[in-house]
Amino acid sequence: MEGLLFLTFATIAVLCALNLVLQTHPISSALSLIGVLGSIAVLYLLLGGEFIAAVQLIVYAGAIMVLFVFVIMLLNTGAEKQPTRKIVVTWISLPLLFTFIALAAMLIAQQVPKTEVVTFGGFSGGTTLSVGRSLFTQYLLPFEVTSILILIAILGAVVLARKEI
Amino acid sequence: MNAIFSNPWFLPLAMTLVIIGVVPLAVAYTVLLERKVLADMQVRLGPMRVGPHGLLQTLADAVKLLLKEDLIPAASNKGMFRFAPVISFFTAATSLAVIPFSRVFHVVDVNVGLLVISALSSVGILGIILGGWSSNSHYSLLGSLRGGAQLISYEVALSLALVSGVMAAGTLSMTGIVESQLHQGVWFAFGNYGLMFVPFMVYFISSIAETNRAPFDLPEAESELVAGYFTEYSGFRYAIYFLAEYTAMFVVGSVAVTVFWGGWLRPFPNVAWLAIPLDYGGPLAVFAATGALCLYLVKQQPIKAYAVAMVVVGLAFFGIAIAYLIPAFNAPAVPVFWFLLKLFVALYVMIWLRGTFPRYRYDQLMNIGWKVMIPTALGALFLNALVGMLRG
Repeated sequence: MEGLLFLTFATIAVLCALNLVLQTHPISSALSLIGVLGSIAVLYLLLGGEFIAAVQLIVYAGAIMVLFVFVIMLLNTGAEKQPTRKIVVTWISLPLLFTFIALAAMLIAQQVPKTEVVTFGGFSGGTTLSVGRSLFTQYLLPFEVTSILILIAILGAVVLARKEI
Repeated sequence: MNAIFSNPWFLPLAMTLVIIGVVPLAVAYTVLLERKVLADMQVRLGPMRVGPHGLLQTLADAVKLLLKEDLIPAASNKGMFRFAPVISFFTAATSLAVIPFSRVFHVVDVNVGLLVISALSSVGILGIILGGWSSNSHYSLLGSLRGGAQLISYEVALSLALVSGVMAAGTLSMTGIVESQLHQGVWFAFGNYGLMFVPFMVYFISSIAETNRAPFDLPEAESELVAGYFTEYSGFRYAIYFLAEYTAMFVVGSVAVTVFWGGWLRPFPNVAWLAIPLDYGGPLAVFAATGALCLYLVKQQPIKAYAVAMVVVGLAFFGIAIAYLIPAFNAPAVPVFWFLLKLFVALYVMIWLRGTFPRYRYDQLMNIGWKVMIPTALGALFLNALVGMLRG
């Protein structure tokens, strides 16, 4: 069951990612990105990270992508014109890409020991309780530093958006 | 037979089917209720022609919408035009899956239930934005821009208000939230010495803005934008948007009931001697009064068929009232009764507000969202955290 769900949503994620690159219209690309983020949320859920899955949907598929679509709509960008490619680029790019992916996969397979392979639902630290506990004990400093960073970003946005200083 | 009932898949599947079957009907009659209540507030009669007291009006409307020609604007983005209403309805209807109608009657009890609803509602914004954008019309685009900005703004206040409830409950599971209200012996709207009422009010006002209802119905302001983001929609697609909007009303109402009004619990859930009078008297009073009203109205019916129909409906309500006196039926059914009664009150208040307040201006809407709702929600969160900690 888990294997089937994993295969389904992994396929959807990859197909959406391909579609994201291949589409010429920005809105279609943005929608494909939502598909990718949604199916990755399902993959998190399969691994046992229910909190991360929900937050992935809220933050990425919900808030950030809605802002993306919003901005695309406001700018009213049309479909992108495909630039004419050189013939060498067309023929060499695909083999090069596959070689790169194969090399990366081989390196990762060598680096990660077999014993650390994740199993479906085998991860128990994905509940809201355990995520909160590790955020506020073990990773308190990075958490607080990130919040200050975001606060500075918000202040910066306000300063930039102000008309008169 | 027993094997079917005790199968772990039976209840979720049955509940899913019930929700899919009942929601469109409930939406139809909520629309009728809204029209009737608004008519009453404006000293009119409302729909009276189809069926006794217009009771079949919404069914006629549904058939009319289904049979209408399905127009798709020539210059629209056709795929997205077809897809956008589906996003809206799918996200709204899926949210109902995590709402507990009673301790047993729910599709699924997720331990991040409230986050699931929040996630689905934030994805649901896309249905409005894409619907307006793909129509390729100025009114639709303006409507969806307003809708998107409004929903993003009020989502912050909405979530912050819910955090107070989650903090009091100590869990994100919808069932868990209701059960902790049972353990603490108080509905969270009155928790923390009444301080929790502030986040409830923030939640309720923001949820009206989230569902695009008056006085926050700028995305579909008919006096300026024809019908806002679904101006170009007709026939069944329009009906799906309509369905999505009222389903979203059910969802925000159910969340308010679950988090702040004790879900399926009766009033005073931990006062034992009130169990019999409330659990038996409550349904009896409500259904018998409705039945009596139906029988009282029989005399006024213009034709005989309507009078017969009213008698049948009235006797059916008396039948339900008597069924609630049977303990074997009462035990599983009374929590659902309390839940639906509270949900009905929430929906009624939403309709009432629509009949009472004029529409806000756009800058007023944004000011309320960012300068009133969010600071209030943050302040209430701080105070509730403080009081909750002091109480231990």
